[in-house]
Amino acid sequence: MTTTAPKNSPNIGAIVIITIAVVINLVIAKLMAMWSYSWFPPQASSAAPYVDDLFALETGIGSFIFFGCTGVMGWVLLFNRAGKYDESDGAPIEGNTKLEIIWTIIPLVTVLVIAAYTMNVNMKLQNLGPKHKYTIGTDPTALMEADPIADVGPIDVIARQWSWEFVYPNGVRSSELHLPVDQRVNFRLISEDVLHSFFVPAFRLKQDIIPGSIISYSLTPTKEGRFRLRDAMFSGAYFSQNQTDVIVESDQAYGDWLTTTAKQPLQPGLDPGRALYDRRIARGDKGWATVPPAPPPMVNDPGDPSIPHDA
Amino acid sequence: MTTTNYDPRVLKAPHPVPGAPDNWKRFFSFNTDAKVIGIQYIATSLFFLLVGGLLAMIVRGELITPPADLVDPTVYNGLYTMHGTVMLFLFLFPILNGFNNLLIPTMIGAPDMAFPKLNAAAFWLVPVFAVVLMGSFFAPGGPASSGWWSYPPMSLQNPLGHFINGEFLWILAVALSGISSIMGAVNFVTTIIRMRAPGMGFFKMPVFVWTAWAAQTIQLIGLPALTGGAVMLLFDLSFGTSFFRPEGGGDPVLFQHFFWFYSHPAVYVLVLPVFGIFSELFPVYARKPLFGYRFVAIASFGITFLSLIVWAHHMFYTGTPNWMRHIFMFTTMLIAVPTGVKVFAWLGTLWQGNLRLNTPMLFCLGGLFNFIFAGITGVMLATVPIDIHVGNTAFVVAHFHYVIFNTIAFGVFAGIYHWFPKFTGRMYYEGLGKVHFVLTFIGATLNWLPIHWAGLLGMPRRVASYDPEFAIWNVLGSIGAFMLGVASIPFILNMVSSWARGPKAPANPWRAIGLEWLLPSPPPAENFEDDIPTVISEPYGYGLGHPLVEDEEFYVRRSQEALTDDQRQPRHSA
Repeated sequence: MTTTAPKNSPNIGAIVIITIAVVINLVIAKLMAMWSYSWFPPQASSAAPYVDDLFALETGIGSFIFFGCTGVMGWVLLFNRAGKYDESDGAPIEGNTKLEIIWTIIPLVTVLVIAAYTMNVNMKLQNLGPKHKYTIGTDPTALMEADPIADVGPIDVIARQWSWEFVYPNGVRSSELHLPVDQRVNFRLISEDVLHSFFVPAFRLKQDIIPGSIISYSLTPTKEGRFRLRDAMFSGAYFSQNQTDVIVESDQAYGDWLTTTAKQPLQPGLDPGRALYDRRIARGDKGWATVPPAPPPMVNDPGDPSIPHDA
Repeated sequence: MTTTNYDPRVLKAPHPVPGAPDNWKRFFSFNTDAKVIGIQYIATSLFFLLVGGLLAMIVRGELITPPADLVDPTVYNGLYTMHGTVMLFLFLFPILNGFNNLLIPTMIGAPDMAFPKLNAAAFWLVPVFAVVLMGSFFAPGGPASSGWWSYPPMSLQNPLGHFINGEFLWILAVALSGISSIMGAVNFVTTIIRMRAPGMGFFKMPVFVWTAWAAQTIQLIGLPALTGGAVMLLFDLSFGTSFFRPEGGGDPVLFQHFFWFYSHPAVYVLVLPVFGIFSELFPVYARKPLFGYRFVAIASFGITFLSLIVWAHHMFYTGTPNWMRHIFMFTTMLIAVPTGVKVFAWLGTLWQGNLRLNTPMLFCLGGLFNFIFAGITGVMLATVPIDIHVGNTAFVVAHFHYVIFNTIAFGVFAGIYHWFPKFTGRMYYEGLGKVHFVLTFIGATLNWLPIHWAGLLGMPRRVASYDPEFAIWNVLGSIGAFMLGVASIPFILNMVSSWARGPKAPANPWRAIGLEWLLPSPPPAENFEDDIPTVISEPYGYGLGHPLVEDEEFYVRRSQEALTDDQRQPRHSA
């Protein structure tokens, strides 16, 4: 069933070429891995370095495989092309059992190593707490046990079509999420209509928000700045507008913000889809059907979307 | 002597419908000849490739600038939902069923499918659900617009309250598509198991047949889950049940299990036959046996098995606990092993080959190049922390299109060019084919490679507008997409003009080895009829110098002599 080409004596030239090619490939793979760090937004949470390191590792291994395989393709394209009137066959090699077993085992070991490493990383992140089901109309927050190791929270994250509302333990409500740097924060993720997703690219973290379930979620921001929070789970007409900012600030600034904001009266918060919806209504409700946006949340701090974000 | 070679083990299919037309009109009739049905499938799906492509052009036109300024966001949502649905259910699934119809009977020496009328019925469901799906554009409130996965509760929102709405028609179309695919799968699997030529053991079947078998097995296991989920969604939408509605105590995440239990393996339903096409074409154009044929064949079923236990990797961030995420990460990553076996086998086939770079080979090489890339980003997506960052971003969209377009559609084009002479009896124009390849390869790369970076930076998928920091990647992507639109022009020109006036094709223009190449071009109604050859060798005997079937010279001579329909007719009735 399997025959091999007749055995040649060791071909020194081939060994040298293959060695050089492997070394070049290793260098390229290493460079790609280093380069991959620049493809991300800045690292702003304790999870981010783990994710970026894992990605760099996979980029390195992936680049080695990619350039190795496509290098072989390039080689045969350069040196194994048939001439215009060449009707002859290639070398009639049907297989090589030893080689086939080796290249079954190599990917197997590679993915097992990556998977083991990933499990290790994943256990360290420990973002996800329990998820409890609740009946719509009841108070979901009564169900949720807080993350025992969190320093701050729980902060309620309420997602709607199409706005974000954040409720702090002292009752402050805001349209932008303020967090103290270097402290573990616990959230209770709540959706009032459809699926949404809490996604802060600079944190490298994402968690779906599921109507009918309340999810406990924790993270530790590690860098001060203004970062974008995006709804990542498609939620309808004005989904792309459903973004707000996360402001990570010093403990002092966070405390000040909480106390001053608590004195502000409630007012309509950010409602980014509203302008588009109003324009649609002004045009005579043209376009395909949509549910109207939920009323803007009433908050103490409506935020300021005109301030540019860092990432 | 050969007429006595009939082997009673080979089931004979019933004759075609009596009085079925035998001219161009047969392509518009309820014809039971698998080859006619194959071409019906392929022509229909290529039409819908253009429809789906047109929708994609509008989507990419919207995304060429950051604000939502081309169409209303609701229209945008409807367009990309329909783009995804059309491309999957009206382009890719039907076109691969077209290949199955053309290739399975001819490759295994069967006169037709096991159930020819079921086969025709399965095809004619395609235009029916196409009309239902396209009809949703005219439904009050517009077509379905909750993405091709149609997650509740958003897909259950029915702002106008009409009973007939876009979502209703969408679910109906998906269910009809599932019924059509199950009818096809029963037929293909039965045909492969029961109707092989004498001597064709499983390890003498071409790899395309193996992969089609593996893929159709997934259809049989997975589609009932999707269809069940779709029926429940329809009940929630139209009859007030609460399977997935949180207000009534339902769980929207349950739908995701139903949906992905089928819809992740569905990608393998599409990609496995394309692996089959690669495995058929590389040996022909490298003039070498397929490296490790048995490994490649068995790996197909390895993929089938693993594909059924990976679905929850689409749900890493829906509140799935860590222990479950780890299990599904492992199974998903393990898919890299059988696919890796295939990739290495193709590289082994190319190695020391004698390569001919005509259009089918170019599309295969391009598809393999893209697939290696897609496989690597696929492993990245399987690892939980990376998926948590890039999941539901443009990165996933880019990876998905690297699989679906840059690999699968490339393989489909390769297959169309390769078997075009066999089934139309005409040669295509090589120059136009190469222009098509070059435009497609550059367009596809420019379209999807940059989008990976938009996703890594955090651009969500399905947005009609985005922050300016993603603009550069999207501009590049849109230019690539428009280039793909232009690439369809030489393809259409080539197909239409070649079929109408191209040079007559010989029986075996590529000097390929396989039962289908022992038939005249185009093959007669019942392929080998009673002269079914006895297979004596493994496929892909390039350079090995042994015949594939007993009395091979007879079949070669006969295939070369029967050149036209008129000449074939008397032999048929004799």
